[in-house]
Parts: sequence; structure tokens; C-alpha cells
Amino acid sequence: MKETKNRIWEAYQKEIAGDHYYFARSCIRQNFFPAAEDLFLKIIREVAGKNIYDDAWQTTCTGIAYHSGIIPFETTMTVVTRQFALMTEAGYTNFACSCVTSFGIYIEVVETWKNFPQKEKEIRDALKRATGMTFEIPKNLVHTSDLIYKFRKEIACKIKLRLINRQTGEPLKVVDHIGCHYAKIFPAKGIGGAEFPYVLAGLIDEWGGAQVDYPERRHCCGFGFRQYLLKSNRGYSLSNCKKKFDSMEPFQPDLIIANCPGCTFFLDRWQYVIAEMNGITYGQNGYGIPVLTYEELAGLLLGYDPWDMGLQLHQTAVEPILDKLGVQYVADDKYKGKDRIDLGKPDMPAVLRSI
Amino acid sequence: MELLKELEKDVRYLEGLNSCINCGVCTAICPAAQFCDYDPRMIADTVQKGNETEIEKLLKTDTIWYCGECLSCKTRCPRGNTPGYIVQALRALSIRTGMFMESKQGQKQLAIKRTVGDHILKHGYCIYIDEVDTEMYPEQGPVWDWLKKNRVQILDRLGTSYGKKQSGTLRKTSKKSLTDLKRIFEETGATEQFEKIEALSAQKARELNIAFSEGKDPYFDSLYNGDE
Repeated sequence: MKETKNRIWEAYQKEIAGDHYYFARSCIRQNFFPAAEDLFLKIIREVAGKNIYDDAWQTTCTGIAYHSGIIPFETTMTVVTRQFALMTEAGYTNFACSCVTSFGIYIEVVETWKNFPQKEKEIRDALKRATGMTFEIPKNLVHTSDLIYKFRKEIACKIKLRLINRQTGEPLKVVDHIGCHYAKIFPAKGIGGAEFPYVLAGLIDEWGGAQVDYPERRHCCGFGFRQYLLKSNRGYSLSNCKKKFDSMEPFQPDLIIANCPGCTFFLDRWQYVIAEMNGITYGQNGYGIPVLTYEELAGLLLGYDPWDMGLQLHQTAVEPILDKLGVQYVADDKYKGKDRIDLGKPDMPAVLRSI
Repeated sequence: MELLKELEKDVRYLEGLNSCINCGVCTAICPAAQFCDYDPRMIADTVQKGNETEIEKLLKTDTIWYCGECLSCKTRCPRGNTPGYIVQALRALSIRTGMFMESKQGQKQLAIKRTVGDHILKHGYCIYIDEVDTEMYPEQGPVWDWLKKNRVQILDRLGTSYGKKQSGTLRKTSKKSLTDLKRIFEETGATEQFEKIEALSAQKARELNIAFSEGKDPYFDSLYNGDE
């Protein structure tokens, strides 16, 4: 049954350009996982051997503001076209964005223009008036997890560790969480579509792990944009994540990976909140279930130092997965700054076990 | 103003509503419907019927603000409707007409404007490390306090461009880029919308006798921390 399902998932593919990408950054990732994007660039450049351009002139796409209802669609479309104009000026035609909200928005803008060509003209004119810029629509528009998926076999050739529990020899059980805006809005734009996304499951399969197929696998993390942004509405976000944790817990996952910046953050942080508020922990021995981005997982398997990848900034401790994988790490380096200057430890949560 | 005609000018509305058969699949899949008094099927049905009075009621209620914009409804609707898009169009119209001030949830748009909206024009990011603390975002946990306290040393170790005028993570957005954003906001209606949200909020704060100025003033606090 599982084999058949895996084969069905592999049937859904999308076009991903083979080289030369303009890289668009994510607001959330830069702030909450501040080493993740440079780790991604390192893997694409040094492991996959591809060209990717990191532009100093880029800005937010405004996606969080748009989906919270505080700015008009026309504003977001015009900011998006400024990013396209920067890509055009830099001499690129393939656009790779690091944020799933942005990915959904870039696709939404281009697809909207197919149905409303006058809107494209209106936005081109607005951009010209506001900034003097012009642009080409990208020939290929992908999410950064698509690129890790595309080069998963090249990465597999260079990894030092596989997703195997070194104590038991069994495949590690990995939950994949796909951000809603990766494929729920435009299913044909995501590997595997909306119902059976394979973009992260493909990494798990390729790198030796076991997928966890739990009931709420496709349920939203509960970002909810304006719902999370207001403390008075934040219960929405917490409740949706708890629903997912309660559903995955019986399968005893070793690890959660996510391709959306917000989802990664919520799956990490709400475990801390649920532990402190309700005394519930979802991992083993009082720990939570470690949560990693796709490139953080690739980096660990490639043998990079977890503390140089910023894994000490996850609130849910990552040591349980490091130990299961057999990652060699120096525990004392976790809370050090540049040149290994000791910065002292953060306060430890009262319930959620941390190191 | 004929509200339905206004909705029909919005591409999000035109793409969002084809013909709803009231099957309720959108409500079944909706994360908001599971935790709030919210039913996307009813929203699609209300606008499809085209009753001006009912649409006006909708624009003045909390209902349209409960959607989390996950757009799970777009995937599953058997008739190609997207209630999440309809909600986007309703929210935009609610702000344009000032009706958002009739609902508690609508009033909260000020708090989002003063955080995410202002951060975009100030930093070039929707969210920026300097603006996030555990008082406003306690779920960030003690690791965030540790990062904030030691951010220069930690972000240096991690190879970021924090505060620097160069490419890279958390780079300082150039003045030229911020000027571009400001001009785009002025050109495309965002600035006008921000001014409307501020002006109507000032009026509401006066009615409620809550101090109103700018930033995280007592009126902001009442919206940000207030009732769900």
C-alpha cells in the first residue's frame, strides 16, 4: 500500500529550471531561522554546483500585509513586479523564492494576469510611474524547496549520514509539513499537487527515512496571517498546530520538516507553548519533536556543524535528532558567538526539556 | 453605492465566485471554521444571492475577518470557487467603505497596520528582528530573548548581513529600495488605505475615550491584546 502510494506521488512533477536563479528572500526565515537561507545558497552553489544570485536591492513581497487585508492587491502586485524588474536588471529569467507565502503570491500575480490582461498593463504602468522600472515575467518560477528536491540525488551522493537511527538501524520517522500556499492555491505549480505533495516526501525517501502518513498531514499550521499577528487572535494558530501534533503523536515521529517559513516557526514554537501551558510534550523523554527546514536537514546529513547552521535558535531542542542521526557536535559550542566567545545560556523552559 | 457592483470590480471577487452549490466542502476543510464562529459556505451563499442588505451586514461583521487565508477552500471546491478570495474582496470593500470600523475584528486592522504595515516602509521587511520581543510575542520563548540580547555576536557567527548595506540575511534595506516601496504604496492605494485606517481609528478611540496617538498607544494595546 505504502509503495503504491509513493509511486502515485512521484507521478506529479513540475518544470524546474536546471541553473541560473534569481534568489528572493523570506522575511520570516531571515528573522527566525537566520542561517537557513545562506545554508541553502551554500548547498545550491557548492553541492549542486549551480549559479544563484543574491540581490542587495530586494525587499519584502508584502505578502503578510496582503493576506492580512491591510494593503490592496494592486500594491502587492506592483511590489512583486519590482522584484521581477530587479531579476530582469540582473540578467536572470529563473526566479526562486524562499518563502511559501511569496511563492503563492508570485504565482497568483502571474496567473491573475492571464485572466485579466488589463491588470498587467495597469501594474506595469504603476511600477513605471513609481520607480521608472520595467520587467520581464520569469520564465521559470519555483520555491527553494523545489531546488533542494531537484538536486536531492546530487545531495544524496555527498551526504555523510542517512536518515537512519544509528542505535536501531531503522529508518527515522519523518513528518513532512507543506505550507498551504505551496500548492493548495495552484496545485499544478507544486511537486505532487495539493493533495499528495512530494517536494519534501521525496527528500525523506531519497535520504533513507520513512514518511509519517498521519490523519492531519495536510492540515494548515494555523498561521492565519492576521490571526497570528494579533495576540488577541493567536489562539487560532495555536489550536491548529495542536490539532496536528495530537494527530501525529501516536506515530512517534523522530523529526518534522517543513518547507514554509511560518509553518516551521509555528511547529517549533507552539510545542514550547503547549508544554508550558498544558504540560504536554510530543517527543520522547520530555523533549519536543525537533523541527527543521529542508536545507537544515540537508546540512546535517552533509556533515555541517549544527550550531553554524543556527539550530541553537530553535526553541524545541534539536539534540534528540542529532543523537539519533549520529551527528558529531560539540555541545559546549551551542551558545557561543563568533570566535567561540561564550554568550551564556538562554533561560530554560520550565517544562519542555532543553539543553 | 451598490455593494455588489463594487465587489464585481475586484478581480479577487470575479475569480472567487463562479457558482456556489452550497455543498459545504469549503466549510468542512476550513481551519477557521473548526475554531471560530465562521462558515465560508454562508459567505459564498450571501454574496451569490446578491442581496444588498445582507452584503452590507456581512461587511460590518466580525465574520469576514476570521478567515486565515490558507486557501484550502480553493483546492477542494468542486465548482472552482474560492471563498478565501471572496473574503479578500469583502475585506477590501469593508475598508474602502469604512464599514470595517463597525466590527471589533475590523477595528483590529489598525494594530496590523502599525506593525506589519509600518515595518514594511521602515525596514523593507514585513517582520524585522528589532521590532519583535517576547512581551508582544511570548511564544518566541527564552531563546529569542537570548538572541535579542546577543544578536550582534550571534548573527555575526551565523554569517548574516544584519545592519549592513550589502546582500544577505537581515541586510539593511537601501534608502532607494525604501523610497521605491513608499512610492509604490502611494501610487497603488496602500498609503491612502493606511491613512483611512488611522483616521477612522482615531475617531473610534475618541468615542471609546481611549488615548490615541501613534505606535503602541493605549488604543493599539486594546486591539492587539484585547478580546478574541
